[in-house]
Amino acid sequence: MMLRKVTAASAAVLALALSATACGSNDKDGDSAGGGGKKITIGIKIDQPGIGLKTPDGKYTGFDVDVATYIAKELGYDAEDITFKETKSADRETAIERGDVKFIAASYSINDKRLAKVDFAGPYLLAHQDILVRADESTIKSPADLNNKKLCSVAGSTSATNVKEKLAPKANLQEYGGYSECLTGLENKAVDALTTDDSILAGYASKKEFQGKFKLAGFKMSNENYGIGLKKGDADLKKKIDAALTKMVSDGSWEKAVKANFGPAGYKNEPAPKIGNIVK
Amino acid sequence: MFDFLEGYDLLGAFWVTVKLAVYSGLGSLILGTLLAGMRVSPVPLMRGFGTAYVNFVRNIPLTIIIVFTSLGLFQTLGVSLGVEDFTDVNFRLAVLGLTVYTAAFVCEALRSGINTVPVGQAEAARALGLSFTQVLRLVILPQAFRSVVNPLANVLIALTKNTTVAAAIGVVEAANLMKTMIEAEAQLLLISAVFAFGFICLTLPTGLILGWVSKKVAVKR
Repeated sequence: MMLRKVTAASAAVLALALSATACGSNDKDGDSAGGGGKKITIGIKIDQPGIGLKTPDGKYTGFDVDVATYIAKELGYDAEDITFKETKSADRETAIERGDVKFIAASYSINDKRLAKVDFAGPYLLAHQDILVRADESTIKSPADLNNKKLCSVAGSTSATNVKEKLAPKANLQEYGGYSECLTGLENKAVDALTTDDSILAGYASKKEFQGKFKLAGFKMSNENYGIGLKKGDADLKKKIDAALTKMVSDGSWEKAVKANFGPAGYKNEPAPKIGNIVK
Repeated sequence: MFDFLEGYDLLGAFWVTVKLAVYSGLGSLILGTLLAGMRVSPVPLMRGFGTAYVNFVRNIPLTIIIVFTSLGLFQTLGVSLGVEDFTDVNFRLAVLGLTVYTAAFVCEALRSGINTVPVGQAEAARALGLSFTQVLRLVILPQAFRSVVNPLANVLIALTKNTTVAAAIGVVEAANLMKTMIEAEAQLLLISAVFAFGFICLTLPTGLILGWVSKKVAVKR
């Protein structure tokens, strides 16, 4: 009797697992025509204000989200057909390779190592590594001034590595798991500056609770070309996304999205990058 | 195959992990022993404190404790533990956090060891006129320690793996380097595998050696 129960239970579990994988796989065969009530899954960041953020009521906001939504529309998907999925920095290549997401718009800088694994459409934004300082900061006038200052960044990020190796080797660098901890430190003067891509900094500085407290220094310490990550070799999709991005710039939606997401921080954005033009 | 390892101080990062584990291990052994002593002491206040400490600390996620040491103690209260540079401050804060957290588990393991010592031993010692601390130090604890080598080895292995949480406050140990490498190299699976293997190299011998020690020193009753 006991045995039979166990068998029945395991059969049920197996059936569930099978059906789960079955419905997990039907969104991967999005045909190239798109649309027709089909669903699309897009990878974004959900914890970066201004870039990609999940609001408490379950909506998604941010520049990357706007770009992703626009591209999806051009590919023939309505806003309600889009499923946004969080792709953390470390998971991005894997998510694309496994087909969990159709494409990724998550402050994804194009570089050679990543190009070996995935393809990029775009770039759709040229960002630079920059620093965020308190609004009344006057002692930091150039990147060299960062030596002997207290800097904060996120553990493992390219910005942190840049500071250590090139920009200010003598800086006292504090690494945290997320930007929010750095902002706390910046606010209560435990650190002097927070460094990462200016787009991300602008997103944070544009948040309601931080408006007017911080400013961007505008140092342009590196070039970060944000691209749309997609499966290697999917030339057709790449062409479609490039076309969508070109259209987004030409009809003014791109400019509008930049202003809406980064505007309050006094962020001077670069003009929209040319498709395929990667600024080294 | 493994060319992505070039240019990274893998051994250095694991060395920091080892140092974190060793210092926190020693610290928590001392603190845990004190707590265990408190929990079996005849003074109600001490017993209460020990119980409260264990139940409180054991039920807070380690990440919160570690991040609190940095944001709360260091940034807000200015506790820098006698050093200036962030690297040293973070390391010491991480050791402090790990020690405080692991001590609760050491205390509980040790208390179970104390329970294996027959009551007659303590009664005999008291009859000889030894004080509570003497009973604990000379009679009970030596036997208790010998019976809990295995549980303590488990705690030490858990502690070794828990040191990865220190990456959250920027201690440059294995997990921190792993993040850096994944960000720069785009080789998620291989890099994860290398680091997983590194941890196995640390914890597997620990378990085997201490298992053997535990057999050697066990009290035959």
